[in-house]
Amino acid sequence: MAANMKAVKLRIKSVQSTMQITKAMELVASSKLRRAKERSDQCRPYFRELHQTLVDIAEGNTDFSSVYAKPSSNERCCYVVIAGDRGLAGGYNSNLFKKLEAAAGENRDYVVLPIGKKAVEYFQRRKIEILTEEFATVANISVADCFEIARLLCREYREGRFGHIELCYTEFVSMLSQRPEVYPMLPLTDLESVNRDASGAADVSDGAGQGAGSGNGQKKSVHDLILYEPDSSEVFDAIVPEYLGGFIYGGISDAVASELAARRNAMEAATSNAEEMIEKLNLSYNRARQSSITTEITEIVAGAEGVG
Amino acid sequence: MSSFPLKIGTPDGLLFEGDAERVVCRTITGDLAILAGHCNYCTAIGMGEAHVVFGDGTTRYAACIGGMLSVMNGTCRVLATTWEWKEDIDKNRAEDAKRRAEERLARQGLTDQEYANATAKLQRALVRLSVKQ
Repeated sequence: MAANMKAVKLRIKSVQSTMQITKAMELVASSKLRRAKERSDQCRPYFRELHQTLVDIAEGNTDFSSVYAKPSSNERCCYVVIAGDRGLAGGYNSNLFKKLEAAAGENRDYVVLPIGKKAVEYFQRRKIEILTEEFATVANISVADCFEIARLLCREYREGRFGHIELCYTEFVSMLSQRPEVYPMLPLTDLESVNRDASGAADVSDGAGQGAGSGNGQKKSVHDLILYEPDSSEVFDAIVPEYLGGFIYGGISDAVASELAARRNAMEAATSNAEEMIEKLNLSYNRARQSSITTEITEIVAGAEGVG
Repeated sequence: MSSFPLKIGTPDGLLFEGDAERVVCRTITGDLAILAGHCNYCTAIGMGEAHVVFGDGTTRYAACIGGMLSVMNGTCRVLATTWEWKEDIDKNRAEDAKRRAEERLARQGLTDQEYANATAKLQRALVRLSVKQ
């Protein structure tokens, strides 16, 4: 009995120290989360407007002279994958990779630009071609880095190394829910097809925001001509790197907030599990203690009777 | 004068959303003004001074660098890399940046990348200072 008591006591101690760690991680994640959420909230309107503008342009565009605007014959895709730097965030990283695998399907001939250490490790393990590992830590990526990534992507895209660029990151829906998503970024014709699929939902959100949105239904059938100045290829050459940069920055802000929220939730669950476990162990410890005391008393009483 | 919906955004947030009478800003081909009833339009923003005349007739000046300007079905969106209202520009910081960039450019043996960065920084500082004055 005494051995059992000791084992239970040790176990309680070990669970307690694990709980301390998870509790600390939860606190760290929630304090960081506040800042990350602020950044993501600040960035989101810009991100939305940027996306909406590009979708509008993609829909109305009739001038395919720019390399960025015309449909691509190259089937190869480049995924910009934004994952976390560390694990212990529940299913955060693995959900993202699962989503990516689903998007890529059977086809394994793609290139990735991983952002975040976990993403780099994952693609190295799977032996998938990596464009650059320069941006491995997601935590210290600045706006300037995003624009550098965008320039790099544009250069490779123009050289024809891949024909599509898609962004894969975890969208921050709320503190309790984060959703991995894959968004097409280039060429612009990809944006258009996505919008067609989701046109019902897009119209509803659009109509509230802008007065002119009511014409959306007809817009798809009748292309409104867009005037580009000086001409479409020059305009796209100038705005596409900006757009990619802004889009990636928005993705990173969201992904960082998602990671921290996922970690906080995971750690909260771990802490409450540990609490529950300690409670159970305490109960069995007390039971063991009580039964050992009972045995002792019985022995003493028996001994005293023997002497008497 | 009639007005139109305008949105001005940068990666740091949406700076303005509301009605405006006129937006004037420097694009890659030169200065341009957008008035109400403009046709669908898209261009890239250069570096320079911009100003907006709001629906109530007030005018605000800003430094505007990079990004895109689009008009879609009457809504004008200015999505800039940098858009700083004149009153928000930190003059001392811009002057510091200008001095640092000039020092760097004066040095020998810069790589192309460094040279391009320093030139860009100098240009940004000059745009800010010219708007502020």
